Amino acid sequence: MAESKPSAEAMVSDVHKKIKAAFEAFDYETNNTVDVREIGTIIYSLGCFPSQTDLHDFIAEVEEDHTGYIHLDKFLPAMAKILLEHKYPPIPEDILLQAFEVLDKEKKGYLEPEELANYMTQEGELFTQEEMDEMLTALADHEKDLIYYKDILSQLTIDPEL
Amino acid sequence: MKAPARATRRIPSQTKKRIRAHSTFIYRAHKEVNPAGMRSLDLMASRLSFPKPVLLRLVSLEASRLSKTNRLKVVTLQEINAAVTLVQRRIAMKAAVLIQRWYRRYIARLEMRRRYTWNIFQSIEYAGEQDQLQLSSFFSFMLNNFTQLNGNGPESYTGPRLTFPLSVSDTNALLSAFKEQQSLHARYVLQLLYETKKLLKQMPNIIHLSTSYTKDITICGDLHGRLDDLLLIFYKNGLPSAETPYVFNGDFVDRGKKSIEVVMLLFAYLLLYPDNMHLNRGNHEDHIMNLRYGFTKEVMQKYKTHGREILQLFQDVFSLLPVATVIDGKVLIVHGGISDQTDLDFLSTIERHKVKSALRFPRRTLEQLDIGQSSRQMKRMISTDGSRPSSSRSHSKNQRTPNQRKRRCRISRQDSAVSISPSSSSSSSSSSSLCSPRTPSCLTPRPCPSSPSMTYTINVLHVPFLDSLTSVPPPSSPQHDQEWKQIVDILWSDPKTQEGCSPNTFRGGGCYFGPDITQRLLLQHGLQLLIRSHECKQEGYELCHGGQVITIFSASNYYEEGSNRGAYIKLGRDLVPRFYQYQVSRTTRKLTLTQRVRAAEGSALRALKEKLFTHRSELMSGFQQYDQNNTGSVSVSEWAQVLESVLRLDLPWRTLRPHLARLAADGSVEYQSCFENMEPGIPLSQVTPNLAETLFRYRTDIEIIFNIIDKDHSGLISIEEFRQTWRLFSAHLGVDIDDRAIDDLARSIDFNKDGSIDFT
Repeated sequence: MAESKPSAEAMVSDVHKKIKAAFEAFDYETNNTVDVREIGTIIYSLGCFPSQTDLHDFIAEVEEDHTGYIHLDKFLPAMAKILLEHKYPPIPEDILLQAFEVLDKEKKGYLEPEELANYMTQEGELFTQEEMDEMLTALADHEKDLIYYKDILSQLTIDPEL
Repeated sequence: MKAPARATRRIPSQTKKRIRAHSTFIYRAHKEVNPAGMRSLDLMASRLSFPKPVLLRLVSLEASRLSKTNRLKVVTLQEINAAVTLVQRRIAMKAAVLIQRWYRRYIARLEMRRRYTWNIFQSIEYAGEQDQLQLSSFFSFMLNNFTQLNGNGPESYTGPRLTFPLSVSDTNALLSAFKEQQSLHARYVLQLLYETKKLLKQMPNIIHLSTSYTKDITICGDLHGRLDDLLLIFYKNGLPSAETPYVFNGDFVDRGKKSIEVVMLLFAYLLLYPDNMHLNRGNHEDHIMNLRYGFTKEVMQKYKTHGREILQLFQDVFSLLPVATVIDGKVLIVHGGISDQTDLDFLSTIERHKVKSALRFPRRTLEQLDIGQSSRQMKRMISTDGSRPSSSRSHSKNQRTPNQRKRRCRISRQDSAVSISPSSSSSSSSSSSLCSPRTPSCLTPRPCPSSPSMTYTINVLHVPFLDSLTSVPPPSSPQHDQEWKQIVDILWSDPKTQEGCSPNTFRGGGCYFGPDITQRLLLQHGLQLLIRSHECKQEGYELCHGGQVITIFSASNYYEEGSNRGAYIKLGRDLVPRFYQYQVSRTTRKLTLTQRVRAAEGSALRALKEKLFTHRSELMSGFQQYDQNNTGSVSVSEWAQVLESVLRLDLPWRTLRPHLARLAADGSVEYQSCFENMEPGIPLSQVTPNLAETLFRYRTDIEIIFNIIDKDHSGLISIEEFRQTWRLFSAHLGVDIDDRAIDDLARSIDFNKDGSIDFT
């Protein structure tokens, strides 16, 4: 994104604008509130990589007393802090490759859908079946029904600025 | 990794040393015994750039923990193996977590893009950049003055032939004909419309249905000319019949390419089963909306000879459609929604056919502006015109060229009904599809930064072609106002989560109604559910207001392939709605989320770029204001500011910037780059930029008009006809183009230089 002035103040205001834009995309009522369930999406799209626990903690901090909504007034400062402190830094691409290689024990260069599914739905921060299905549709090579992780890595990491 | 860290703290160094020594021994020994195990360890070490000693330590710590239970003070091979497996597993888990987190973020980004894309589509959809009203009067003039030959068309008609009263074989014939891409002959279209008109005249405003005599009632939402969706519904759910009653909740036409076929089928079934087929009017069943959103164009293209007659009939039929349906006295079905003033009893008494269009001028408006007598009107108009400071409100320039300043007053008759241009200089006109209903906000004295002599901020449109003011109803009594408002509210309102009722500024008509409004209305009339359509929903349906309001939308892939599903509701005697979703798909392979988002995004961005292009001159002058030194670039904020104020679209411009404009090395925006890659399709190198823009902006309407002029349906019109028409058109728009420019334009379009213009 354009940082035409290097001053800290300008950077902060830029950050604020970014947060606002992301927030407004989910503010259906245009009243500066979003549904709490969309917060994860918003935070991710701003470039952060919180874990599920991090997310829960964050939500607990900014939610409006269990109404299920989060107001921009609380979200903006908290999110700005996270961005400026780089609190949930992104995962470097090579680490991601290694992660895939770890799962690919036989070093085949690809993963079978069941293999991946097993890991994703039973280990770590579990995927729901829906997420798993979507992932397989998105990432698997359609003819061979295998996941060539090296190729999809670019898809997962190269983000247009949007 | 948590375990080793903890373990390291607790294990005293002596023990560590011992373990290390021991496990190294074991490791070496193990290498011979279980090469595979150790190999995998090596592998892991190399891949994860875990230094082997570290891995080793992890393994040994694990092993030592495991060995605490064994009697021997030594770590056994088994334990080493077990430790290896454990460490492997832990690393695998960490890897999995990484992948999961990464993937979730990827999906979140996609979702964000999808959201933005959706916003773009919605904003553009409702941005009324044209002056529908003015075009509609011009259009009527054209229709009346360029009379068509009343031929019968080619005799070799192979399409379906209908006999009235209709029978099942007729509707089946229609179905198969439309599936085969055939069209229905104009003669039958007209007949069908006449019959439908007769039938509808007998119907009340609100239809009452009962589930006791029928099986489940199927309720469908917007179709918008999507024949495929309609056919899919019929396929999944059955054709309309006594056993399969249907309610179609409005918006059958516009936007999709097969509006005529859709509406012909619906009307045919209506005639065939008047007790089992019910149609509600939608906001697009309105001839002025049709001008903008494609139905008029479709009719004129498919029925050149009889188009005018057909459109006229449609106008009547649409206004005769009932506005609401009630099932078992408990479920209310309307197209848009309600307002705090909705009164179903009053609604059932009004003469609904009088509300031909949502676009009209309540008398109240004119009074507010103190326009009483025509003569005074004329004088005011002249003075306003002269003193109109079109540059004062710099950010609210109409979406017209600067040449508007020179627009002349054309007053041909004293008693002209002065129509008030909806595209007033008020800033909100561009984000609404109609403007005049917003009379309170449009026309109350806004703080006008111009001279104090301006008592109102609107532009007054002059309508020279008075004989044909068929589409513009004259201002009417307060009673009629009330009736008109009731219907517009029903057809245009949207629900929102906040309480209360406020004018629907997004669309320019109807209200936003909150859960309390719903609650009140339902209680008042003993209802329990409100089913409405009007808004595109990703899943085809959506509940709100605590389940008291259901939105049902039946046009899948509305914005773009894969953008959304369609759905319909089935309601049985228990009045518990059951939802059925579907999606029409052209491809055989299921598109991934990524592909769908990309496709939709591409479409949206293209549409957005077009918009930029059509407002090029205004945008450029806006940019130049910030760029006094002519460097060719402005800051990102300034760029966003200009776009926001000229286009009046509430979009996240900064985020969209990478798709729309280039950055210079210093991070500023090269604003000229917004207009690259835009070819209007007509090589207009010779003509002035303004003309190109205007042509591009109004190309849909121009097509319609040309279709009218093209008397022999040859696809060609003569240069003279073109010239005449263009002159009229530009005068009407207030665009001042001199004759020579028109000639140049005509000549440049006439590619084969044979004196006629092929406008296809």
